[in-house]
Amino acid sequence: MMRDSQENIPFALRQFTPAQLREALRKMHLIRLFEEGAEESYMRGLIHGTMHLSIGQEASAVATCMELTDADKITSTHRGHGHCIAKGADVGRMFAEFFGKETGYCHGRGGSMHIADVKTGNLGANGIVGGGLPIAVGAALTAKRLGREEVTVCFFGDGANNEGAFHEALNMAAIWKLPVIFVCENNRYGMSTSAAYATAVKNIADRAPAYAMPGVTVDGNDFSAVAEALHEAIARARAGEGPSLVENLTYRWRGHSKSDRNRYRTKDEIEEWMGRDPIARFRAELIAHGVLDEAGAEAVEAEARAAVAAGIEFARQSPAPGVGDVTKFVHAEAAA
Amino acid sequence: MNAQVQIDAQLRELSYAEAIREAMAIALESDPAVVLMGEDIGTYGGAFQVTGDLIDRFGPERVMDTPISELGGAGVAVGAALTGLKPIFEFQFSDFAALAMEQIVNQAAKLRYMLGGEAEVPVVFRMPSGSGTGAAAQHSQSFEAWFGHVPGLKVVQPSTPAEAKGLLLAALADPDPVVVFEHKLLYKMKGPVPAGHYITPIGKAAVVRPGNAVTIVASAIMVHRALEAAAKLAAEGIEAEVIDLRTVRPLDRETIIASVKKTGKLLCVYEGVRTLGVGAEISALVAESEAFDYLDAPIQRLGGAEAPIPYNPDLERAAVPQSPDIERVARQLAKGEV
Repeated sequence: MMRDSQENIPFALRQFTPAQLREALRKMHLIRLFEEGAEESYMRGLIHGTMHLSIGQEASAVATCMELTDADKITSTHRGHGHCIAKGADVGRMFAEFFGKETGYCHGRGGSMHIADVKTGNLGANGIVGGGLPIAVGAALTAKRLGREEVTVCFFGDGANNEGAFHEALNMAAIWKLPVIFVCENNRYGMSTSAAYATAVKNIADRAPAYAMPGVTVDGNDFSAVAEALHEAIARARAGEGPSLVENLTYRWRGHSKSDRNRYRTKDEIEEWMGRDPIARFRAELIAHGVLDEAGAEAVEAEARAAVAAGIEFARQSPAPGVGDVTKFVHAEAAA
Repeated sequence: MNAQVQIDAQLRELSYAEAIREAMAIALESDPAVVLMGEDIGTYGGAFQVTGDLIDRFGPERVMDTPISELGGAGVAVGAALTGLKPIFEFQFSDFAALAMEQIVNQAAKLRYMLGGEAEVPVVFRMPSGSGTGAAAQHSQSFEAWFGHVPGLKVVQPSTPAEAKGLLLAALADPDPVVVFEHKLLYKMKGPVPAGHYITPIGKAAVVRPGNAVTIVASAIMVHRALEAAAKLAAEGIEAEVIDLRTVRPLDRETIIASVKKTGKLLCVYEGVRTLGVGAEISALVAESEAFDYLDAPIQRLGGAEAPIPYNPDLERAAVPQSPDIERVARQLAKGEV
């Protein structure tokens, strides 16, 4: 009887402490509020260029990174703000980067599409679809060669699974049995082109057997389902058994980028997915299982809200790089 | 080691390929982070037998055969370099780097900059390059200018066995990505190579024959063709100064400008397609410099034909500068006939 009741409890609530679960909820709120703060700053003219928001995909980012340490690596995508926060980045330095400031993670040289924090194992977002896939395999190769107990999580989208780099990377990870987990965030559209149209297989995880690795498709808006899939894949990687592919089915509420007019999908579809809000689901789950009460959850959200406000203020107050430094960082200082 | 043995080692001759292999062996021996990667570099010994028997000495974990996946393989090297290894990635032919441009140009070259100096990518890409082997249009190209156009990359072109070793060891010591163009026709060329570890500095050209009548700036195999031409001109009393460029990016402005100020005549010789090639940049930098006032004749360029490299041997020779071409144009320059 006890065993049955245990099994009715979602994996994440069995696996993680209340403090870890509370922190996961805080990060999910932080991602949502960060994205909203970035969007608002863009509309107010504080941020230029473009950006790719991950609102609606917060469970995928946070649950994927739950069991990673700072020594473990991730490679991220053009839609990478959530991954960055999930891996432990400070939102003040992230906003500073978006504002093009010297205090940003890339000293204002990278912006949204290149944000990284190598010290916490985030090897960076990438402006090239599929660009991070071979790099992640290289990071896993380093871990194996130098005998480090690290794994690398490679985030990519449904669009990247039709790039040659995807196929080359998965093949090499498999033949060399490298500790890498390929995490596909399938949000159904590569810009405007649907994965259903552009991809020959029904599920992207169906491509895993072609590279002799396990592949699983999960509800990417279900925090616990993602965390459980990653738990198994990370354990396999740490045990030296090689790579895995996890496909998180999710949805981006906003358009591809700031220029998107949403002509390729319906309002009904967007609203249907907004009804599957990963944050609301996780929050309700934590309350239902007594990890938090309503007031506790409100406090978590308020904490995240305060961090975003402080982050934007930090970014606004920060100095911009001097234009004379346009070629700084092209090469190592000593070798320049 | 006694003094006599040391002197013998200093005087020994190695081929260009052997010199490169020796540099890689020194690197593998002295730094556990160094790994070699590439297609058929293991038991096969590399398409041009440059890695040779290194797999027997260092094993398949450090001399790694990659699948035929240039984009993925180059990207794995970039990711490995970003996280603590020092990979030397061999392309079978530089032409195949076209498959990997994404990782070399968009990733390796820019990561340090995009990340605001918070990361480095100490990777070396080795590229067997150039024409003269009868392999036609997809196995004979000279892409130095392509890569030389990308900030964040350094591009070198050794012309002798000693340079091949010294520049490769310099590339390995460099914290940033370096692309090494090795000329296929030079692999069997023999020359004196110092023993042990030494570096030929990146960004420094060498005056390999002094003269005062005309400056010939050349790289890779064109250095030898220029020297051959210069020897013939010397018999006519024309002393050409030959500069071995060694590095395409960053260019050694000082050496080139000083030579042109002395001779007042400039001929650029390069195997890559003439238009928008390395010689165009050298011409421009001289025209923009204080050496302009010293010029006694228009700058001349000899470069590759505006065509793919053809198969027919006569056509193939005609597609890139040869020694008589250099001799003819240098003579015209020296005699004020241009």
